Amino acid sequence: MLLLIPLLPLVMVLLSLLPLGRRFAPIATLVAAIAELALAVAAALEVAAERNLVAIAGWVQLDGFGAIMLLLVAFLSVTAALFSVGYVAAHHYDAARVRSYCAHFNLFTFSLALVPVLAEPALVWIAIEFTSVFSVLLVAFDNTRTALEAAWKYVALMFMGAAIALLGFFLLFWAQAQAGGGHYSWDGLRAVAPQMPTVLVMAAFVLVLVGLGVKVGFVPLHTWLPDAHSQAPAPVCALLSGIKTTSSLYVILRLVPLLPAARINGALQVIGLLSAGVASFLLLQVRDYKRLFAYSTVEHMGIIFVAAGLGGAGGAGAYAALLQIISHSVTKSFCFLAAGAVLLLTGTREIKDVRGLIRTAGPVGAALLVGGLAIGGAPPFSVFLSEFSIFRVGLAEGHYAVTALLVVFITVAFFGILLHVNRMVFGAPGSLPAERRPRLPATAGAALLLAAVPVVVLGLYQPVWLSHVLAVAASNLAGVAGP
Amino acid sequence: MTVPTPTQPDAILWLTNLNALVCGLFLLVSFGLVAIRQTQACVRLFILLSVLLGGSALLLSEIYTTWHLVVVGVVDICTKAVIIPWLLRRALHDEVYTRREVTQVLNIPTALLLALGLAILGYLLAQPLLAVGGPSAGAVNLPIGLAGVLIGGLTAAVRREAVPLFLGLLAMENSAFLAGIGVAPEMPLIAEVSIAVDVLILVMVVSVLTRAVHEHIGTTEVGALTTLREGPGR
Repeated sequence: MLLLIPLLPLVMVLLSLLPLGRRFAPIATLVAAIAELALAVAAALEVAAERNLVAIAGWVQLDGFGAIMLLLVAFLSVTAALFSVGYVAAHHYDAARVRSYCAHFNLFTFSLALVPVLAEPALVWIAIEFTSVFSVLLVAFDNTRTALEAAWKYVALMFMGAAIALLGFFLLFWAQAQAGGGHYSWDGLRAVAPQMPTVLVMAAFVLVLVGLGVKVGFVPLHTWLPDAHSQAPAPVCALLSGIKTTSSLYVILRLVPLLPAARINGALQVIGLLSAGVASFLLLQVRDYKRLFAYSTVEHMGIIFVAAGLGGAGGAGAYAALLQIISHSVTKSFCFLAAGAVLLLTGTREIKDVRGLIRTAGPVGAALLVGGLAIGGAPPFSVFLSEFSIFRVGLAEGHYAVTALLVVFITVAFFGILLHVNRMVFGAPGSLPAERRPRLPATAGAALLLAAVPVVVLGLYQPVWLSHVLAVAASNLAGVAGP
Repeated sequence: MTVPTPTQPDAILWLTNLNALVCGLFLLVSFGLVAIRQTQACVRLFILLSVLLGGSALLLSEIYTTWHLVVVGVVDICTKAVIIPWLLRRALHDEVYTRREVTQVLNIPTALLLALGLAILGYLLAQPLLAVGGPSAGAVNLPIGLAGVLIGGLTAAVRREAVPLFLGLLAMENSAFLAGIGVAPEMPLIAEVSIAVDVLILVMVVSVLTRAVHEHIGTTEVGALTTLREGPGR
């Protein structure tokens, strides 16, 4: 079953290249994504029952943390694929271009699904590298000057980070060999973590942190992120910001339990606060609403990192970080889909040119408003709940200054996002006359509705099985070498 | 001259010294990549760099008596010294390929001086790691690989032309590999081979992208693309 999950999109790559008309490839992609989601839920239910899923021991297996990532990848693939059906139709691409889009889209979701099911760090490195390589041409898909510029910056920095991270994974292997070896896998590493020379693990961690930190978009390595995440087609943005950055973060977090918590938690908090702080202020001065949400991604990556560094009894910090990963992924992809809908309707990315959406395009305006409120952290949405649990852990563990700073940054970001979104949704209606406005494709509307479900539901109610998966995942992240 | 068989201790020493020589040449070529401005010459240097990496892998495979590294060396030479230059050549116009960089971010002496500093930094950074890891035949690979990663980053940073910039990035990956085979010769083979596949895909993607940039913008000087930024200039 586990092998089937990444295999589905890979088969779809070939199928989408078949010349079967303009409608076939996007719809087939959607069907495959739904099947993938069903498999991912089945896999997560297995993990919730505390049965580790093993396809090839030490190579392809799934634990709690992996299950959460896999669920997110699968769900976001469905909404993005659904939105894509309307997106390619609205852009009137010719058949060859539709095929090219769908092939790249499936390659991208294939690589994203590969990251959580692999258990061997070097292979995970390759999967992460695939997520970058396969998304480059999607970022450049519009072939405009700005899109190509963003794609170049993107590919250059991604590969630079990858080379640095690769060295880190070699050092990690060396450290494990020094500690007596065993299988080079996440579990194998955790088993020998106390015996590994700290200097080597620390060096490996720093290299991976810098290398993959580029891909996550930690400040000051974030400069490419708003460019790439604003230039790509909307469904791709939803995946890039929603889950690709998180996938790189996932790999960094996998290494955290290998180090003594006392030596590393402070660093995690500082790096996280720096990203959250800088990004929350950068939010205030954007002119492009897709860049607005891209900076918000940088901010949230920082928040997750702070949460992971809070520590706490029984992995409370890890649990809060996982909650934040889930709520950020579903909310951010919803925001980018809403932004994509606005772009489809208005044809401009400039905040100042979009006014009075609630009057000219009610549902889309409402979606953008909900997205802005939800990602800013207003109740009753899921981000509110996860951010609140981070504050609670922070206060319980006595990190008062860190928690206070986090509250300040989140508040600044909330006002930054709402300031811009408010102007776009309300205010005097735009100059575009009603009869010239294109209509939003029905599938794009359906995608928005579907994407909104977890944003709202997870803020009010958490299914029991999901709590089980979260508990298993938090134990995967708990340090073995910790005090 | 008779080459001693690797079972004898002095043969190991001989091979270790040869490996050190290969690594030294690797560092020298990395310096060359910073200084050379012509695209075609850069590609030739990169081929040389990859051959040296493959050579080091083959030598280490003799020293550690592991067949893993033989495969790694052969795959490396095939992909990076043969296929990648061929792909780049095929994908790009002659005009791009024979171009000389006119504008420089940093003049050559300064860049070389910086590279020298980075090489020393790489050496210093490797010392505490080697102290823990203990002496081994591949120990020389680590400081040179570290220095190579840093110098490759510098190469990419001082370039504006697409192909030389990208070669700097590939040199970084080569250097990471050079350090890797020294310290982790038993790394699972599937991982090492898939990395080569990944690099191949990357080269294809970058070729397509460079062509698109050339067609739509009319230049391959990617360093000059600075439209995307915040602020009142837009």
